[in-house]
Amino acid sequence: MKVVVWLAEGTWQACVDAAAEVAPPSASIALLHVIDPALASDVSDAFAGLVGRGTRGDPGAAVGAAAARAAEQLLAAAAARLDRPSSPVRRTGRLEREVVAAAEGADLLVVARDGPVSRLGPRSLNPPTRFVVDHAPCAVLLVWPTAPPAVDTIPPPPPHKATPPHKAAPPKKAAPPHKAAPPPPPH
Amino acid sequence: MWAVLLLAVVLAFAVVRPRGLPEATAAVPAAAIAIGGGLVPWAAARDEMIMLGPTVGFLAAILVLAHLADAWGVFAFAGGLAARASRGSPTRLLTVVFAIAAAVTAVLSLDATVVLLTPVVFATAAAAGVRARPQVYACTHLANAGSLLLPVANLTNLLAFGATGLTFLGFAGMMALPWLAVLAVEYAVFRWFFAGDLATPARPAPVEPAPAPRFALAVLALTLAGFAAAEPMGVAPAWIAAAGAVVLAVPLVVRAPDRRRTAWEVARATNPLFCFFVFGLGVVVLALRRHGLDDLITSLTPGHADLLGLLAVAGLAALLANLVNNVPATLVLVPVVAHSPGLVLAALIGVNVGPNLTYVGSLATLLWRRILHARDQPPATSAFLRLGAISVPACLLAAVVALWVALKLSTVL
Repeated sequence: MKVVVWLAEGTWQACVDAAAEVAPPSASIALLHVIDPALASDVSDAFAGLVGRGTRGDPGAAVGAAAARAAEQLLAAAAARLDRPSSPVRRTGRLEREVVAAAEGADLLVVARDGPVSRLGPRSLNPPTRFVVDHAPCAVLLVWPTAPPAVDTIPPPPPHKATPPHKAAPPKKAAPPHKAAPPPPPH
Repeated sequence: MWAVLLLAVVLAFAVVRPRGLPEATAAVPAAAIAIGGGLVPWAAARDEMIMLGPTVGFLAAILVLAHLADAWGVFAFAGGLAARASRGSPTRLLTVVFAIAAAVTAVLSLDATVVLLTPVVFATAAAAGVRARPQVYACTHLANAGSLLLPVANLTNLLAFGATGLTFLGFAGMMALPWLAVLAVEYAVFRWFFAGDLATPARPAPVEPAPAPRFALAVLALTLAGFAAAEPMGVAPAWIAAAGAVVLAVPLVVRAPDRRRTAWEVARATNPLFCFFVFGLGVVVLALRRHGLDDLITSLTPGHADLLGLLAVAGLAALLANLVNNVPATLVLVPVVAHSPGLVLAALIGVNVGPNLTYVGSLATLLWRRILHARDQPPATSAFLRLGAISVPACLLAAVVALWVALKLSTVL
């Protein structure tokens, strides 16, 4: 069994814990971290916007280097927390695309919710995570990074949809053909 | 016509920067051509450079001061402070970064925020287990939009400061309300735009307290007080900044294992080629102004500093800043509106807040960087552009209304 664990800042601990719990001892575990280079490149662009400063001291390069360092620290901390054999996978690019690509051929992808976790619902997934869950080419284990909120955090159903459509009174329309009164015989 | 061509070449060179050559490579010869070719009489060019002298001198001094503050650990200290104050909450970290970025921009100018503070903020967020996007973008946005408060915060402010006729504290007093308005609008936009990133729960990691670089902080505070105190006595802020830089540099160089190298690094932080670029650009823009641009801009700008006039000037300034970059935009606009201090301040709001729209300073830079990026990697996300499209119009409006209120309340202007 091949398990890919997507490690993202702030939520990776929950993914590692879940992987340790569900992956059988024989499973191979890949710890995946993706760096989105857009952030460093945007900082470079902001520096380029300061006209006349030359090319020395581009802070985008410093941000890129700091991102690489932070990724290594995160991978090391995750491997230590997992405390069983695993292999690090480093990727660079758009988060959602890279994670889906890295999950190709895997049996299980472990992902954490990363939006507002105060209530149950679709907002508990930020857009990249939503993309990954929707496009994953394998089974997905979607974990809560914190204790999941109570079921009553789901807002009450809106009044006009109080009854599911299939149980609702049939809309006013002509009776189905097989029960329809036979057309009056022609004179 | 030739003047337009000269400016176009200077700006295109600054955007493309072929082979990483400094921007002065084109600006200085272009200025020489403008003078030699008779587009600008030598006397006028000399007067322009004399007028720019104190500004460029200050620029060099403040760049060194920021470099030295970094060497003394001021930025690392600010990062540690932000990490501890945020207590692991991405939203609190954003709030603290807003405060720090606004303060650094106001005192040490926008270069310090973009070049020195941004990497520190990224590292701080990463160490705190927080997704760094909102905080990093906050630094780049506030470097521009947060530079309204003090004349020393932005090269554009320095170029226009003389035309306002205000004192150092008078300028700060007039711009305090617009500055606060911009900070409030930016903060609200950031909270909304990055709601998803800010909601990601983070597990606070223990932060080692960094020792406060008390000597450097005290020198910076004295320098800031010196700007305000010395200016009425006719001492240019450049001297105060230079004095602060010397006080910070001497112990650093004396204690360094390789004194010559440390001294060389301090000297190099003045970025002399940037200073030459500003001189060259000033002369080339003067050539253009003398050949029709002043008349064109005059016909476009309103004459009165009423609310509509302020809005129109700020809007025009923001537009120009996005077309040709904000330094040339300031050089073009300020002489035209110099008759009304209120309009000069409105123009500053435009050229300072406006660049966040295209975030790379100008449309041309944006297009060129897109072409560059398309070659080596897929184009970056458009998040930055969307953020600018939302925040810039709102900030401009809020700041201009705040300026209008400040002008009404003011007894100085």
